[in-house]
Amino acid sequence: MTDLPMEDAITRAERAEQRGYLLLFLPALLLVGLFLGLPLGLLAFQSLREGDAFSLVHYARIFEEPIYWRTYADTLRVSLWVTLLAIALGFPLAYAAAIASRGWSTLILALVMLPFWTSVLVRTYAWLVVLQRKGIVNSTLIALGIIEQPLSLSHNYTAVLIGMVHVMVPFMVFPLYAAISKIPAELLQAGHSLGGGAFHVFRRVLLPLALPGLFAGSVLVFILCLGFYLTPELLGGGKTIMVSSLVQRNVELYLQFGAASAVAMMLLMIVMLIFWGVDRILPVEKIVGMR
Amino acid sequence: MTSSLPRLLLWIATGAILAFLVLPIGIVIIMSFSDSRFLTFPPPGFSWRWYAAYFGDRDWMDATLNSLLLASLSTLICVPVGTAAAYAANVSASPLLRRLQIVLLTPVMVPVIILAAGLYMVYAQVGLNATKLGLVCAFSMMNLPYVFISVLAGLRSFDMNQENVARSLGLGRFAAFVKVTLPQIRPSVATGALFAFIGALDETVVSIFIAGGENQTLPRRMFMSLRNEIDPTIAAISAALITLSFALVVLSSLRSKTRQGA
Repeated sequence: MTDLPMEDAITRAERAEQRGYLLLFLPALLLVGLFLGLPLGLLAFQSLREGDAFSLVHYARIFEEPIYWRTYADTLRVSLWVTLLAIALGFPLAYAAAIASRGWSTLILALVMLPFWTSVLVRTYAWLVVLQRKGIVNSTLIALGIIEQPLSLSHNYTAVLIGMVHVMVPFMVFPLYAAISKIPAELLQAGHSLGGGAFHVFRRVLLPLALPGLFAGSVLVFILCLGFYLTPELLGGGKTIMVSSLVQRNVELYLQFGAASAVAMMLLMIVMLIFWGVDRILPVEKIVGMR
Repeated sequence: MTSSLPRLLLWIATGAILAFLVLPIGIVIIMSFSDSRFLTFPPPGFSWRWYAAYFGDRDWMDATLNSLLLASLSTLICVPVGTAAAYAANVSASPLLRRLQIVLLTPVMVPVIILAAGLYMVYAQVGLNATKLGLVCAFSMMNLPYVFISVLAGLRSFDMNQENVARSLGLGRFAAFVKVTLPQIRPSVATGALFAFIGALDETVVSIFIAGGENQTLPRRMFMSLRNEIDPTIAAISAALITLSFALVVLSSLRSKTRQGA
């Protein structure tokens, strides 16, 4: 290295510029640090406190008391079902949008955008209206003579599944569509002309090529489900308690901040563990960028 | 194509799934014009009574205006903050900055219920619960990633040399950004702002925890009311919210289309 004054000045100017960039970045960092970092720090701290001492009782409770660990098991089960159902509904939509003519494709995607841009609360309300005793489902079934008395369709497990799937399908369709629309149409046609049946072409050509989108969509949907609050709370009628409801009840109803913090931290650890595992296969930025 | 039966099944499935997605929303809009106090379907007659109930109610209006104010303020904060961060992330070569980028994405990675509980506990210590300041800060933080991701994507497809040329012609750094770069990434900034505004307007879970009293938000009031009964007023509010979101989305996509065409 030479220490000519000119080069020295250049590196100094460069360093000043780099510092300038950090300064531009700082407000955003501060916003997240103060209003996300601090709350998470407090949750972590409180989850380890009992009275005035450090203790693991709040975490031990999660494993010992059935109400707690069953809620985690239920949450994982619901999330898994919703993810599978979202795939079942999202795949045909994404595929149809990918192979349809331009006009139809735009229409399909626009109709997927409609619920996407509608607030989750409004959509949950919509399902309360549709599934209630005098709602459209019951009145249709009665008019068709299939049932005589209205069924109780809302405030149960099925209603939660329906409401959550409705929210999650768009999150599955967009990454899937992005992956499938990149597959050249000739490739699928070649599969057919070589004598492959529809199922064969699906399994050997379409599925492998759509896999990245399927993976991204599934991870996103599964993680969004794990922390879902509104739909299970309103459509579940207090029967299907998800981890999110457990957090809310411990904070607002029982004022058990230690227990609430431990339950929240445990959920956060599960979510971060999934992100960490997935990051090796697909960068996290890609997944959260889909929203 | 050779196989027409699977093709036919695909179109039937597509139609059915789209109906599943769209019909509930349509039913809410139809219900908002019902003249009945009960949500029987089809509604017995047409009326504007639920819109009158919404727009004529002082509490609903206060919550609505408050939500619009909070959404506007938080958008005004997180758009410049997010744009500055995206700009820095795009031009900087510093490895530290690259590593810090993921921090700006954490608000969408952490489940909202955890954010809500944590914010509530911190705000309880410093007296920010049920204040405008507390809500605006929380919404700004939550929607920052949308602005950051959107603007960064816009900057990545922008040729930075244009800005460098402007600077070499004597414009200051900030002036060069405002005059040369910003006009070209405006659609990305607008998309980020749209996400931030609608996100803040619809935000419910955090509101449930940290809003209240004089600082009620519209979604929080809807949630509280839904817990007790399925009031048809909510159908009118929902229809109004759907219309607003849609007007904004369609408007912004039309604008970006004419921009592309020009």
